[in-house]
Amino acid sequence: MPDRRSVRLTCTLNGRRLSLDAHPMARLLDVLRQQAGLTGTKEGCGEGECGACSVLLNGRLANSCLTPFAHADRATIVTIEGIASGDDLHAVQEAFLECGGAQCGICTPGIVLAAVDLLERTPHPTEHDVRAALAGNLCRCTGYMRIFDSVLEACRRLSASRA
Amino acid sequence: MEAPQIGRSVHRKEGRAKVTGQALYVDDVAPAGLLHGVTVRSPTARGIIKGIHFHPTVDWDEFTIVTAADIPGVNRVKLILDDQPYLASDVVNHPEEPVLLIAHRDRARAEDARRRVTIDIEPLPAVFTIDDALARREIIWGEDNTFKRYRVNKGDVDAALAAAEIVVEGEYETGAQEQLYIEPNGMLAIADRAHGVTVWGSMQCPYYIHTALAALFGIPAQRIRVVQMETGGGFGGKEEYPSIIAGHTALLAWKSGRPVKMIYGRVEDMASTTKRHPSRTRHRTAVDRDGRLRAMDIDFIIDGGAYCTLSPVVLSRGTIHAAGPYSCPNVRVTGRAVATSAPPHGAFRGFGAPQSIFALERHMDRVAAAAGLSPEEFRRRNFISSGETLAVGQTIREPVNMPALLDRALALSHYREKRERFARENARGGKSRKGIGLASFMHGAGFTGSGEVHLRSLITVEVSREGAVRVLAASTEIGQGTNTIFSQIAADALGIDCDDIEVARPDTLDVPNSGPTVASRTCMVVGKLVETAARGIRHTLVDSGYLSVLYDREHFRAACERYVDAFGALRATSQYQPPSGVTWDDEQYVGDAYGTYAWAVYVAEVTVDLTTWETRVDDFVAVQEVGKVINPTLATGQIEGGVAQGIGWALYEDVVWREGRMANAQMTNYIMPTSMDLPSIRVYFEEVPYPNGPAGAKGIGELPMDGAAPAIFNAVADATGAHPTHLPLTPERLMSAMETIGA
Repeated sequence: MPDRRSVRLTCTLNGRRLSLDAHPMARLLDVLRQQAGLTGTKEGCGEGECGACSVLLNGRLANSCLTPFAHADRATIVTIEGIASGDDLHAVQEAFLECGGAQCGICTPGIVLAAVDLLERTPHPTEHDVRAALAGNLCRCTGYMRIFDSVLEACRRLSASRA
Repeated sequence: MEAPQIGRSVHRKEGRAKVTGQALYVDDVAPAGLLHGVTVRSPTARGIIKGIHFHPTVDWDEFTIVTAADIPGVNRVKLILDDQPYLASDVVNHPEEPVLLIAHRDRARAEDARRRVTIDIEPLPAVFTIDDALARREIIWGEDNTFKRYRVNKGDVDAALAAAEIVVEGEYETGAQEQLYIEPNGMLAIADRAHGVTVWGSMQCPYYIHTALAALFGIPAQRIRVVQMETGGGFGGKEEYPSIIAGHTALLAWKSGRPVKMIYGRVEDMASTTKRHPSRTRHRTAVDRDGRLRAMDIDFIIDGGAYCTLSPVVLSRGTIHAAGPYSCPNVRVTGRAVATSAPPHGAFRGFGAPQSIFALERHMDRVAAAAGLSPEEFRRRNFISSGETLAVGQTIREPVNMPALLDRALALSHYREKRERFARENARGGKSRKGIGLASFMHGAGFTGSGEVHLRSLITVEVSREGAVRVLAASTEIGQGTNTIFSQIAADALGIDCDDIEVARPDTLDVPNSGPTVASRTCMVVGKLVETAARGIRHTLVDSGYLSVLYDREHFRAACERYVDAFGALRATSQYQPPSGVTWDDEQYVGDAYGTYAWAVYVAEVTVDLTTWETRVDDFVAVQEVGKVINPTLATGQIEGGVAQGIGWALYEDVVWREGRMANAQMTNYIMPTSMDLPSIRVYFEEVPYPNGPAGAKGIGELPMDGAAPAIFNAVADATGAHPTHLPLTPERLMSAMETIGA
């Protein structure tokens, strides 16, 4: 909600430079959903436990419910809407479809971002690496097994496309 | 003709929208002029409302305020006994009971205003435990604090117990469990006298809400419209409570004349909405020297909270499952649902069965030991087979082969080798102990007893002139795969591809009432209706001469075009009919409790840390027979997710109560399993087609919730020699269980 105490900050959001107005202590989650209209970032708990609100902030996975808008200043932010290239899904998204990594879908945006983040830093993760990378993202539907499969399948697809 | 779609892991229909963040949940939409609604709740467990005070620093004229006096129709949630008010007016019966509603265009202002309303309550004595409810020093509901009683009786239990060589007694308790769908509850409503009431939201059962709103507003049902948005998990938690949230949101919209959205915060959702019923089960079991069950005397009690809501039907399923997949000549099960001053407990995956099955399967290990048999050999001697009769008088007609499921589970888990090895290794000492344990169980699919007959579920399949097929049903997609399996079933019945099938969004304006999305009924019961209606379309096209017996997609489209041009529309409706020979007597509580059962044997392997008393599950094998598997990836995901919830219930998920209020209503201190906590969950299916299910499928969703907890407890007993009986098995509880055996 722009008000007297709003500040205007410029950031790069999903590859596009733009300015946003909000209170500096507004939650980045709310600014993304309400000002930027990017509702793919979800709120599950509002206290940094569930990871449904995960975004990539300057290349690091962050809970946007705990991130003040002030941190968006000159930042590079990637949300779930910035993962696919047009109609072409990212390998992680394709693998989630193939392996059943998404059920109800509410944790999926955050988990896809956590997986993309993992595979960017660790192109050949072990199952333990996958488990550790997803430890901040709760899923109540899957029991995580299909998600682990999805991430490892995405890793294979990315390796094959690099080869 | 297209290749069969059933049996293939077809991609989730709405999967692309979900992995790209495009799927719209209720909080993702915000119509112009929107107000945000909040609920002011009782701070007290039980008492008389003396007054409501509005803090004078707030300009209340800016807010829409709704109390019980604003309700146009009946202030009772229409369900079973209709005893729960939407808004308390004179008395409150549990903490967090809704008293007042507030709406404002600024969500933060509405939230702030909520804290500036004080409800004065003169406290009355409250009841917080099953024991206190039974003691009846304070009567808080009806004449005796009891919502419902059931009694199952087979043979002569008293005579068999009196004559028995070995009698084993035990008492088991389970705590409440929060469903913890990751999307909190939420609704959006537009309502006024001219247009009626429309709500969009997160829900499992659109027609439950539809019926409830018609009574709340006292307007004809055709002026109510309920639309399901994408729903971020339910597990039973969005079965009955959404009727209240829909009602509240619509009341605010009705009074303000503006669209109103009400999104629960996590704390409010956990503290105020339903949870799994806590339970206490007592067993007295007679067994002979050959290890054959002679009598089972079971007393099963669930804590229903302050209002009746769904407790009678939760109790019914728990009571019927209490004696398990065993053949026993003398069985008595007494089931009771009692009232306490907690928010009402409600539907949660398994619906009473996980509670009674936990008690039974933990107890069976102790009976086996008393009979001098291993847990697996004792069960093998007592498994029910086809032609034998369950305690409620249901004769098992379909093939059932529990020994084969047991053998496969034992082999896949290396049960015998590990049991021996762990015993040797544990004897050497060290800082941890390992154990392996099992549970064998069944789960009935569909509504209990005559429920499906009363529901008379209805679905429609319609085909456009261009050959586009739509399945119209009120059954909701909540992550479990409704859209996808309905497409597969309809595609095979029509001989076309899944991609040519659309499953309509549940909107009561469009879809007939196919019943609630609960009770493992969507695939088996509603899926069968989809199959029947789609076959009806195909037969219509073939019989009318527009389609030959063998055809391809283009032939199908051409036939639809010719049919629609000739007759105007192509649609078929199918309504539930009980399979022949399936009967149930509500009065006597005997008969075919379920159309059929899924059967399973689960094995858990654990490590117990003797320093911290933490239990870790190292491996989990789940073997089940669920009829034909429609979609292997989705079915496997159902089992894995259910087992994960079972592991959470067994070990981590501890609802802490203070005076009827959940004290740990946050994800920070209510602990569900993370990716680091779970073992590999290894899932195996036996497929024995069930003649009355679509392509032979049975229900699947609830089954996996039943077996994890008792298998884990039995594994902990194997590891430590303790007799843990109280769930969840937190380190504190395990430590005290160890102290009782002098370890």
